[in-house]
Amino acid sequence: MPSLAPAGDYRSSYREDMTIFLTRNSRIGLLIGIVLVACAPLALGRYELGLLINIGFLGIAALGLNILVGFTGQISIGHAAFFGFGAFMSAWLHERWHIPVVFCIPLAGIATALIGLVFGAPAARLKGLYLAIATLAAQFILEDFFARAQWFTGGVAGRITEPFELFGWRADREESYLYVVLAAVIVMYAFAANLMRTRDGRALVAVRDHYLSAEVMGVNLAYYRTLSFGIASFYAGVGGALYAHYLLFVSVEAFNILFSIQFLGMVIIGGLGSIMGSLMGAAFMVLLPEVVQVGADALAGGAIDRALKLGSSISFLREMAVGLAIILFLIFEPNGIVHRWQLIKAYWKLYPYSH
Amino acid sequence: MSAAPALHRSIPARPRALPMAADTGTAVAPILAAEHVSLRFGGVRALTEVSFEVRRGEVFSIIGPNGAGKTSMVNCISGRYRPTEGRIRFDGADITRVPTRKRAAVGIGRTFQNLALFGHMTVLDNIMVGRHHLLKHGFWTGMPYWLGGAQQEEIRHRREVEEIIDFLEIQHVRKATAGTLSYGLRKRVELARAVALKPKLILLDEPMAGMNLEEKEDMARFILDLNEEWGMTVLMIEHDMGVVMDISHRVMVLDFGRKIAEGTPEAVLADPHVRRAYLGEADEVVHDLDEPVTA
Repeated sequence: MPSLAPAGDYRSSYREDMTIFLTRNSRIGLLIGIVLVACAPLALGRYELGLLINIGFLGIAALGLNILVGFTGQISIGHAAFFGFGAFMSAWLHERWHIPVVFCIPLAGIATALIGLVFGAPAARLKGLYLAIATLAAQFILEDFFARAQWFTGGVAGRITEPFELFGWRADREESYLYVVLAAVIVMYAFAANLMRTRDGRALVAVRDHYLSAEVMGVNLAYYRTLSFGIASFYAGVGGALYAHYLLFVSVEAFNILFSIQFLGMVIIGGLGSIMGSLMGAAFMVLLPEVVQVGADALAGGAIDRALKLGSSISFLREMAVGLAIILFLIFEPNGIVHRWQLIKAYWKLYPYSH
Repeated sequence: MSAAPALHRSIPARPRALPMAADTGTAVAPILAAEHVSLRFGGVRALTEVSFEVRRGEVFSIIGPNGAGKTSMVNCISGRYRPTEGRIRFDGADITRVPTRKRAAVGIGRTFQNLALFGHMTVLDNIMVGRHHLLKHGFWTGMPYWLGGAQQEEIRHRREVEEIIDFLEIQHVRKATAGTLSYGLRKRVELARAVALKPKLILLDEPMAGMNLEEKEDMARFILDLNEEWGMTVLMIEHDMGVVMDISHRVMVLDFGRKIAEGTPEAVLADPHVRRAYLGEADEVVHDLDEPVTA
């Protein structure tokens, strides 16, 4: 991979050399992206804005899982349970203690982080498949807790939540809630980027790449393996809280193991160990079913439908497409969308002399 | 340097005076002392009653045939293994039971025989991991990078790390991913990472294994500079006798987990036990000590 730093780009201070964005163009590109999303309510309908919001809170939770799986090299198949815990926690904090929603969301993140630390404790000693089973236990224990703890989740009936409100500004519609999610995404992604370029972030990656030499460097393995669970759960909790105050209703059944696997799918498709990849993976997982739906709608009642007698089973195309996408990515692009994107950038930069 | 002669000729004979008056017997407290260290894995004796001292400011080499216990000894010092018997004292304190991760702060850095870099990180990040125990800002203040002072700290340490990068001449690869580098460069990055710990004692496990002559010369120069200019005590395992004899102040020889000789390079080379150990003749001294292993 050639360096994408443009020729003649001389940095004269370490501060300049340690920025998140390598080039000015990438910074401008990001700003344009943010402005475009901020202007989206002018152009898009409620449904499309809803998709953007989905990408936002799922992207935050997926980033947490990426810190755990991609950066620290651990595994978790209970991420959806933490996502759900954050959702219920935020709703409960607001209803029981009348804390403003704007504080409920980060508090739910912190509470989920504490739960994550408890369930992450085995990570200090377990690795690989054994750890996977331990996190599976977290998934089932929390799911069971949701079903039984009526005071917390509202039981089978679920829990109604209040919309986000700040200084009398109520974000109860897609057009307004989009900005809440956008702000959260910017803050959480900036936090993650900062984490990965400071001491603890480097320690996490060091634990992944070579834990024996990390230990010689003074890295406390048990601490960082557990910490990465805490951070991942914090992101899951914040994502879940944003979800709760968007749907305004949280149901117990939503946070099953399938949802956990979907988070893993986002991380793998987006790119393990990449911050922006988490957002790309979330966007892919949200948009793919929509695209397939459009295709399926076009197919329905058409010649192929009649010839193969697909009928109602055409709606299963949606589910199948997600599974197929994960398999295809694992075979053809195991480094995720973000790697493909880097290749495109490199191609563009080097064109027409790619060698 | 083309057509370089054999290494022990290429470095001009320099006075490798011990950094302290050893002959007058002035008691300078050793920086590292192994006292009767034994290490057993079940019935296998990796080390038997090994005692030695490394003086502050010297280059101390451990040599010996394959399987002699050299790396086991270094692993005992760096904390990877815990000696079955005996003690290891560092800077006056008993560190036998200090966990590995705390030895960086104690002042011990090391490199590995087989490369142990963080393959997916950049060279710069690899070296910055070496600063781990010197950095104060964790995730709590690291996440709001610009507010809590983490940025200032990073810049301050980056400046010091750049000095190490300059010294080891790896400026051109500082942004490269460590796993993509050539073998010789990776060895150098690993040395840089160990130096970044600011250790008082640096353990080098075969720093020149698999290198060509020029790379060996560079590495020998780095080790000498580390010792003389950076003031680090060096404990080194190396198979290249030319290098060992040229740059070491003192040498210890291990064979089958026992110490068979210790002293200046000349004295060790002249030692009959060492000659036998290396030439493979029957050595009655070793046989005498070799009690039958009771399993």
